[in-house]
Amino acid sequence: MIEEGTIVMVTGPVVTADTMTGSRMYELVKVGHEHLIGEIIELEGDIATIQVYEETTGIKPGEPVVGTGMSLSVELGPGLLGTIYDGIQRPLPLLHEESGFFIRRGIQVPSLDRQRSWEFTPVAGAGDAVGPGDELGRVAETNTISHRILVPPGTEGTVVEIAPAGRYTIEDVIARVRGDRDVASVCMMHRWPVRKSRPFAEKLEPKTPLITGQRVIDTFFSMAKGGTAAVPGPFGSGKTVVQQQLAKWVDADIIVYVGCGERGNEMADVLREFPGLEDPRTGEPLMKRTVLIANTSNMPVAAREASVYTGITIAEYYRDMGYDVALMADSTSRWAEALREISGRLEEMPGEEGYPAYLASRLADFYERAGKVLTLGREGRSGSISVIGAVSPPGGDFSEPVTQNTLRIAKVFWALDADLANRRHFPAINWLESYSLYGGEVSEWWHERMGSDWDAMRRRMMGILQKESELEEIVQLVGPDVLPDADKLVLLEAEIIRESFLFQNAFHAVDTFCSPARQYRMMQILHRFDELAHHALTEGAGFEKINDLPVRSSMARMARIPEDTYEGVYGEIEEEMRDQFSRISPQGPGGREGMAVDE
Amino acid sequence: MMRSSSNREYSTVAKVSGPLIVVHRIRDVAYGEVAEIRLPSGEKRLGQVLEARKDLAVVQVFGGTRDLDTDITSIRFTGSSLKMAASEEMLGRILDGAARPLDAGEGVIPEVMLDIHGYPLNPYSRDFPRDFIETGISCVDGMNTLVRGQKLPIFSGAGLPHNQLAAQITRQARVLGEEEEFAVIFAAMGITHEEGNFFVRDFQNTGALARTVIFLNLADDPVIERIITPRLALTAAEFFAFEKDMHVLVILTDMTNYCEALREIAASREEVPGRRGYPGYMYTDLASLYERAGRIRGKTGSITQMPILTMPDDDITHPIPDLTGYITEGQIVLSRDLHRKGIYPPIDVLPCLSRLMQGGIGLGRTREDHPDVNTQLYAAYARGRKLQSLVAVVGEEGLSSTDRQYLAFSDRFEKEFVTQDYTVGRSIEETLETAWSLLSLLPESELKRIDRELIARYRPRTEGERYA
Repeated sequence: MIEEGTIVMVTGPVVTADTMTGSRMYELVKVGHEHLIGEIIELEGDIATIQVYEETTGIKPGEPVVGTGMSLSVELGPGLLGTIYDGIQRPLPLLHEESGFFIRRGIQVPSLDRQRSWEFTPVAGAGDAVGPGDELGRVAETNTISHRILVPPGTEGTVVEIAPAGRYTIEDVIARVRGDRDVASVCMMHRWPVRKSRPFAEKLEPKTPLITGQRVIDTFFSMAKGGTAAVPGPFGSGKTVVQQQLAKWVDADIIVYVGCGERGNEMADVLREFPGLEDPRTGEPLMKRTVLIANTSNMPVAAREASVYTGITIAEYYRDMGYDVALMADSTSRWAEALREISGRLEEMPGEEGYPAYLASRLADFYERAGKVLTLGREGRSGSISVIGAVSPPGGDFSEPVTQNTLRIAKVFWALDADLANRRHFPAINWLESYSLYGGEVSEWWHERMGSDWDAMRRRMMGILQKESELEEIVQLVGPDVLPDADKLVLLEAEIIRESFLFQNAFHAVDTFCSPARQYRMMQILHRFDELAHHALTEGAGFEKINDLPVRSSMARMARIPEDTYEGVYGEIEEEMRDQFSRISPQGPGGREGMAVDE
Repeated sequence: MMRSSSNREYSTVAKVSGPLIVVHRIRDVAYGEVAEIRLPSGEKRLGQVLEARKDLAVVQVFGGTRDLDTDITSIRFTGSSLKMAASEEMLGRILDGAARPLDAGEGVIPEVMLDIHGYPLNPYSRDFPRDFIETGISCVDGMNTLVRGQKLPIFSGAGLPHNQLAAQITRQARVLGEEEEFAVIFAAMGITHEEGNFFVRDFQNTGALARTVIFLNLADDPVIERIITPRLALTAAEFFAFEKDMHVLVILTDMTNYCEALREIAASREEVPGRRGYPGYMYTDLASLYERAGRIRGKTGSITQMPILTMPDDDITHPIPDLTGYITEGQIVLSRDLHRKGIYPPIDVLPCLSRLMQGGIGLGRTREDHPDVNTQLYAAYARGRKLQSLVAVVGEEGLSSTDRQYLAFSDRFEKEFVTQDYTVGRSIEETLETAWSLLSLLPESELKRIDRELIARYRPRTEGERYA
């Protein structure tokens, strides 16, 4: 039933209307003569408070509010990939066509193209008993992504009719399923309310690393497929670059990138860059596996609040097909601020720093929609959603509520550090503060594929870095000169690790992505240096001689050696290293132990 | 857009509080609508509806509420949103914070009437800014390159020469190899007469005035007007950029005063305050200004913004610079330490950033070695700065020879690269040459962030050759 009410108050994005009896919480409504899109966020008697996803200037008390009977929903079906949407899933290119450069309000455009037809191949046959998640057919959405058309949640029964192979639009009925009570018509598209998580059979443990091609992340603070990560950092510490790097290079099948309350020019950058970039695994343009949701900071604040839900619902949809999806939300702080702004207009009792008291539970709800799952359906597919949320703490102060509440949920913490960023050490992930709780789970993967010494080597490297920070304090008091040679060596090695391994130039054609195999080899070289240097030192070579070894310069450039030639070059560097160490060792050719390990 | 139905006048002002009035017994008033308030003296002021209810409206009064009463004062709702008359004739004009002429000229004859709040630019319609703007300032061009369509604020402190720097950049800025139509929009919010005069004089002396529109809301002008001054300026900027195909540089100073005005209104509305009493929506509000920079696909013009703000107590974590930094594409930070050392411009490059520089530099844009030289300079100067504090404790003898080279580098970097004359601009080639001559103070093996090929091509052969 369609309800109609009357506006009694307008203040910014919040509108109050009366005679709204029959409306439901979170129901979508059309506000005013211009039919602005809004959502009911509070009901009291017949008075509804509505947050409006479009600019409300010019709206008057007395104008109508019409209920739609639906919750805020997204359209799910073929055609999502490669599209750029606003926070409530309106395709921005269509808005551009309809209203030009500036987004006028009250525009309604379909989220998915109704005209386009897709080549459908049936999988199920008439007479099959099917339930939610069972595959009815397939559509090749891109060259590499086969879009599974599944029985939507809530539909169950016997297939009485299935469309033969051919081209269909997303509104054509491709199957009829007879249930207990009625016959359901299934199209390739269906709607799903964004605030409700899509059902699955079972949650699984995330065990496979999500390879990002970023050394500091993969080697030290690894993310798992189906995991959750938080990236907090003050402005200028490179949150967005980290997020974009991940969007480009993670080995997920589908990327959902939510630009939530961020800069318009950055979204323009993504739009310019992604179509030209190749997915290193498939050779396809990156844009073809990406869904972009852009609600920039100057777009209406309520839609910003909705944008992360729109994103995660789309992610769940592809997860249900059995894909590994990675969702980047940049930035969850802007989403939290949108909550705060709306909450302030509702005059709710504020919690910490003016945020509503339900901030923590909302954050938890959102991150809980990540995970690796066994999907519905008899096939028993497994799919995953990895969520990487950027956090923008005011003043870079991690004690603020959004950061703290996020850290209680997220399993991986990449702490971005203004100091490192000022020194142009990127990614500015602080190696002492950051952590990953997936280290144990993913080490198996590395041990199987690379070598059983992976964990030992990274622990050794981290040990050196930690020792460095302790020594730094002493150096600040007495200077580096008085340190014993062994400690000087620690400082030197830490510098080498920082400069040649942790530092990674996102804008360098080669360095922007580093394969796991190459990361492992680089670590081996660093480890070899460590062994040989310690050996030389015990043999009495003296620190200065090690410090002056020319091989350091080759090591500093390891990161820039392309993936197809690094094998040979890294071998040469190891040769060079052995050779140079053997010359400074008073005992003649040294480092024999090191070589024994190698061969 | 706005249906105008109520042109009626009310004299039912029930409450006057701070910059706000509450009007009772009204009908059909729209949110955001403009109202004209007539004082007992007959004077007229403009206002805007902040909250519209069935029979009540909260109106903020531009020009302040002094001399308003709850008896005779009347208010007329115009049925229209806040609009500005825009015309090409505006160039060369000096207007006040509400776009009324301050110079001898007549009011602007409108070509078009534009809504001053603008509309959000569709991110899909944006063109990515890539055209390098040569400002002639080494720390900007070499280290934090500005491109057309960027918003790059200057974070300063009270008493630092941010005005000089902004004036110098305005004077020197050019795009390599192009002579195109440009305009400068200057919006002052709450600055002193003296500061205002400094800019007006500088624009006059350099002949830039003819291509400039000046909006002046000075320190003794109504605080509330500061809320609309930058919006007027940006509306004018959009007019020149996207209707008249010009490249527009917008200078907004001082954003700190703007934010104070925002806080004042929030407080008088008894809103729940966010950090340090600033309203929770300050991020959104600032974004509605800063995001009005950029380029549009298929349009020639561009809007480049250079907002200036003074950080209270030089604190970069204060909400004003903090929220600004989260929205703008980088920042230029001035340092009191460098200023004390007598360095002009006192730009502390370490906390500076230009997010869009990667697209605007390198081969075919500035020079192929620029990206590498930039990161190398940063790494080297950061190390030198760290050593500067160490030297204070242990003395130079306590340092290794490499460390001493870094120390010498950072010293000369401040004196030769950062320091430059107020009247002299440097070309990008000069900036990069200076950079290479400084980098040659370091052993070649230390230049780890520069490709070997580029080192071979650009590094001066012997150390100090250029300085001999």
